[in-house]
Amino acid sequence: MDIVLHDVSPSRAEREAVDAVLGSPGSAWEGAGEPLPGDEHLARGGHAAREQRHLLLPVLHAVHARAGWISPGALNYICQRLTIPPSDAYGVATFYALFSLEPQPPVVAHVCTDVACLAGGAPELCAELEQRIGPAGGHRSNGNAIWLESPCLGLCERAPAALVTIAGEHPVEHPLAPAAANRLTAVMAGEGPPDPPAPKVPQAGGEGLRLVRRVGVVDPGSLDSYRAHGGYDALRAAFDLGPAGVLREVNDSKLLGRGGAAFPTGRKWEAVARNPRRPHYLVCNADESEPGTFKDRIILEHDPFRLIEAMTIAGFATGCEQGYLYLRGEYPLAWERLVEAITAARARGFLGEDILGSGVGFDIELRKGAGAYICGEETALFNSLEGYRGEPRNKPPFPVDSGLFGRPTVINNVETLINVPDIVVEGGLAYAQIGTESSTGTRLFCLSGRVARPGLYEVPHGTRLNELIDLAGGVAGGATLRTVLLGGAAGRFLAPEEIDVELSFESTREVGTTMGSGVVMVVDDTVDLPAILRRIAAFFRDESCGQCVPCRVGTVRQEEALARLANGRPRQSVAAELALLGEITAAMRDASICGLGQTAADAIESALTKLEVF
Amino acid sequence: MSHALRAAPPRTVEIKLNGRPVQAREGMTILQVCQRQGIEIPTLCWERTLTPVNACRVCVVEIKGARVLAPACARKVEEGMEIETHSERVRHSRKMVLEFLASSVDLATTPNVDRWLEEYDARPGRYGPPAPPFAEGERDRLRAGHHEIPDGTHAATVHQPPKIDNELYVRDYAKCILCYKCVEGCGSDWQNTFAISVAGRGFDARIATEFANPLPDSACVYCGNCIAVCPTGALMFKSEFDHRQAGTWDESRQTVTTTICGYCGVGCNLELHEQDNEIVKVTSPLDHPITRGNLCVKGRFGFQHVQNRGEPAVRDGNGGPPAPAQARGGDGKGA
Repeated sequence: MDIVLHDVSPSRAEREAVDAVLGSPGSAWEGAGEPLPGDEHLARGGHAAREQRHLLLPVLHAVHARAGWISPGALNYICQRLTIPPSDAYGVATFYALFSLEPQPPVVAHVCTDVACLAGGAPELCAELEQRIGPAGGHRSNGNAIWLESPCLGLCERAPAALVTIAGEHPVEHPLAPAAANRLTAVMAGEGPPDPPAPKVPQAGGEGLRLVRRVGVVDPGSLDSYRAHGGYDALRAAFDLGPAGVLREVNDSKLLGRGGAAFPTGRKWEAVARNPRRPHYLVCNADESEPGTFKDRIILEHDPFRLIEAMTIAGFATGCEQGYLYLRGEYPLAWERLVEAITAARARGFLGEDILGSGVGFDIELRKGAGAYICGEETALFNSLEGYRGEPRNKPPFPVDSGLFGRPTVINNVETLINVPDIVVEGGLAYAQIGTESSTGTRLFCLSGRVARPGLYEVPHGTRLNELIDLAGGVAGGATLRTVLLGGAAGRFLAPEEIDVELSFESTREVGTTMGSGVVMVVDDTVDLPAILRRIAAFFRDESCGQCVPCRVGTVRQEEALARLANGRPRQSVAAELALLGEITAAMRDASICGLGQTAADAIESALTKLEVF
Repeated sequence: MSHALRAAPPRTVEIKLNGRPVQAREGMTILQVCQRQGIEIPTLCWERTLTPVNACRVCVVEIKGARVLAPACARKVEEGMEIETHSERVRHSRKMVLEFLASSVDLATTPNVDRWLEEYDARPGRYGPPAPPFAEGERDRLRAGHHEIPDGTHAATVHQPPKIDNELYVRDYAKCILCYKCVEGCGSDWQNTFAISVAGRGFDARIATEFANPLPDSACVYCGNCIAVCPTGALMFKSEFDHRQAGTWDESRQTVTTTICGYCGVGCNLELHEQDNEIVKVTSPLDHPITRGNLCVKGRFGFQHVQNRGEPAVRDGNGGPPAPAQARGGDGKGA
């Protein structure tokens, strides 16, 4: 590979930001200013240099946080350090919504305008910001701050939400929810943010809680507090059981993946455990970006050790010595707490080469996304981790054969993994007693929208949706329920008569819907449903990676047709537009590469067929 | 050879293709089997010399029991597979892919596409009149995750002025279907130059150099191997582009002369496309066993000396200096 660099240099700050991640350059070849002794005789490169490619995203983050954008000089230096062709690195950087490749003021407010916030005060907040700062994306007169519209920030239980990022030597990221215009502009002006509020887990302290039982109870910054509440009992139990024993318990538990595909976790783990190719990798998908979803954030902010313990057990059972935890980029508090927790676990021997003197080695590397919903698709996530554009790969081969770095890989999401400690402690068969015959265990649901007590709820599989909504106090203000968006933007709207559906994999499948990521967004008759549908269409148009035609263009045509319907200007007739949307839907569902395109029309189609929106 | 000795002989698998039992070699793609069986599967992003990216999805087929359609170009046949290449679902998806492309991209120089549009009853006009084209460079600045909310009166397109920043070839991205072929040819599949990459995301994704720099400021080595694999004419010899602009491009008046490049000892095959006694473009056969249609800048673009008129360098036979052709009574037009 012959890399052509440019005659542009990074600023001192940009260089420092890169070096803070990669260390100082080891030779003039890698960008040290003056030739070092030996540079005339020795060139570094080849595999060793290219193997650092997975550090591209962390380095881009570092530069962006320091400078507020990625300049040609900074990109050039990054390419020199990592042996990446500049065009290639540019392709990666422009893939992510959080990165600007043009000069941008240091202060940016990302204001959520996604479905839950749209029904929860975002339009009013945006109007206020427009008056005070100017239109979205525009510069304020002093050029120091802008605001941008953002997809879901995962703060739906406290809508409307915003995330303020301030680039500089000590970059900060402040989530704000609910975000009032006054408070938001004050934070943008440099005022400290309010203390993070208590987690909205209305059942906290109640009976029968499993996954959220420590949320709000333990000190998330203290390993001792975690252990005092039963933490790390499961890892010891796992060591006693041995890898085969853990696999047996997970199989007996009939645990199904909570990511949407409902794949049996035990089967996935076994396939990797048996694979003779080494090394094996474990990846935890915490790229929670489905609009309306915030369960991972609450768990990771308030009980981070649980995931670390669960990942350690999974790594032990499947022969992985290295785990990667990919967190979405918009969760600064969760990031901070995970960094602390991983550091503490390492210091106390719960991670590392010889965990608790057992001889078992396992460690976790924490990575963050940069604003790309598609990176929640497992193979796109691998590409993102490896330093490539977050485009889904073709399957087969499946991750258990060829995943991260082309190696056998276990990839599970947060909710799936945090079920494992209880399974190991109490046994798979006992676990399988909870829930229904084929949907075992409990499930996390994110209630948002027009519901009296929004927040994170945990109920056993088999609970009816209307019971869950009642648990959250029913429709806010006693208004009439019009529909529920179940499963998120990739889920489906339910007709009012369907909301007694039983929340299990089999029952939701039977009525042609999905629990998806556990989103339960309640919509009453005051909500502008066409606006919600157009927001969903805009979301998929923005988040399509662009790789395949059905999704890349289909999401555009879908949004255009919805706009015509909403504006009352169908091209021929409403019926003709609906038929056209049906044709677009069929092609996207059948011919797209990945789940994003295949489900990008589901919610809209369900609303159009069930709710007489137009 | 050693590879052939080590590897187990390929097995034969039995599949059903459109209801008919067919034997195929294990490891073949569905597309390869169909090509052998004489079944036409349209393709755009597939090329025999490149790794399949299965991005265009026009080659999808239906596999019995599968939830979604599969790209014939990449999916390998398996024992017992039952494949339908022209079922209702398949035809619908192909039709929509063709409509999506034809309504958003200029396909005027894409071979076969008119025939396919007709065969699959695609009507790209039903998405409305095309939106006005982008200004020069506008699409290069689009930021991932942001777009202007449409009102639906026009169909969004990628129309934009062509990029003409060098004398050898033109990048007319209004014709780009984002098949990734040029990126593969420039990058890891062949040239390893990595001058271009896919940048941006979704409908705003585009082929770009870093910061959309002009080609002369990029890593481009002008091998033209991207032009060789471009399926739509988005990448085009400047000479062909100029002829087309002037309305003088006429393939019926062209001849193709196959020869061997004389610049070095590799022996790449050249196909010189001539019109009116002028070389208008150079290609190389993609099935060439050594070069697979790839050339370097000299073979691809270094033909000007062949047709320099007026002053051919012909020596007088006595070792004296070259004499102008006219002095020998030639017409000065060279061969």
